Amino acid sequence: MTDSNKTLDEILNLAAAQFKVPREKLTPDDDFFKTLGIDSLQALDLLTRLEHHFNVELPDYELQGVSDFRTLAGRIQARL
Amino acid sequence: MKNQFKGETLSWELRDGVIELALHRDPCNEIGSQTLAELEKFASALDDLQSTAHALILYSTLKTGFCAGADLRELYHGAQGIGKEAAAHGVREFLERIHKVLNAIDSSPLTTIAALNGVTFGGGFELALVCDLIIADKMARFCFPELRLGLIPGFGGIPRLKRDLGNAVVRDLLLTGRSFNATKAQQVGLVSQVVGEGESLRAARGTATQLGKFDRSTAIAAKKFIKPIPYEELRQEIDLFCELFAQPAVEAGLKKFVESTDAQPYLP
Repeated sequence: MTDSNKTLDEILNLAAAQFKVPREKLTPDDDFFKTLGIDSLQALDLLTRLEHHFNVELPDYELQGVSDFRTLAGRIQARL
Repeated sequence: MKNQFKGETLSWELRDGVIELALHRDPCNEIGSQTLAELEKFASALDDLQSTAHALILYSTLKTGFCAGADLRELYHGAQGIGKEAAAHGVREFLERIHKVLNAIDSSPLTTIAALNGVTFGGGFELALVCDLIIADKMARFCFPELRLGLIPGFGGIPRLKRDLGNAVVRDLLLTGRSFNATKAQQVGLVSQVVGEGESLRAARGTATQLGKFDRSTAIAAKKFIKPIPYEELRQEIDLFCELFAQPAVEAGLKKFVESTDAQPYLP
């Protein structure tokens, strides 16, 4: 598994666990707002969990407009 | 003396020398007129309470966070149809009142602790900044999103953050409007302890117990020596906020926020 794919896989695992969604129901190109059904406060919660998990700092504006797991993984990968 | 109070938006209790002020207004303790009125009630009671207490803990009972800041929906709807002058007058009056409350907590002889979780944005961040110590759980998140509305923080945020941190960090938060987590906040010197999720109140209580072991008059003298209140800058902040509030961009910004369904409504 490439680093990018590993990052993507870890995000999907984390999101599934945090929002209690079966992991097999999440795919890389899903709109995570729709799939996870999260609001703005939960989006912040997810952002914080991702920062802790990957030990990175993710400025909010870098994620503005990002709604699918694959793009999110790319943004995180760029800071690892 | 009123050792206990249970209001609609907050409650307090004095026990074993520690006052605990709990915020509990859904969805995330937005500070509107009711919260302000109850904070004023607390500030009035503080004179009596602090004669038999040594510490004050501020915390939220809500999982969403400590406080998401000013109630912008109330501000927006309250300003509709009353004319610009009346709206500006109302805003200035609100700011004068909240500053009086926050100055009272800031200058209290008690050692004060903010026990934070989750969203600590805008006015919520400013409320935390009046405290002597900030203990944050790892999910706490800090932000000054006011520029998106065409405003600056209005509850004393800039002078108090500048009191505690380097100007570069203040500019980063203020001018980008981005948020950062508790670990980063500790790295820059804002947060004294980062604890596990849901553990900030427990840690604050432990710290408050420790504080009670010191001689009170010495602790009071130490706090007074090390923690000046930037009254002049706080006054300037109110004036600048009111000046900016009069600009058309603010109404448009408030409208956009109130009607927003964005995942990041705090960004422009």
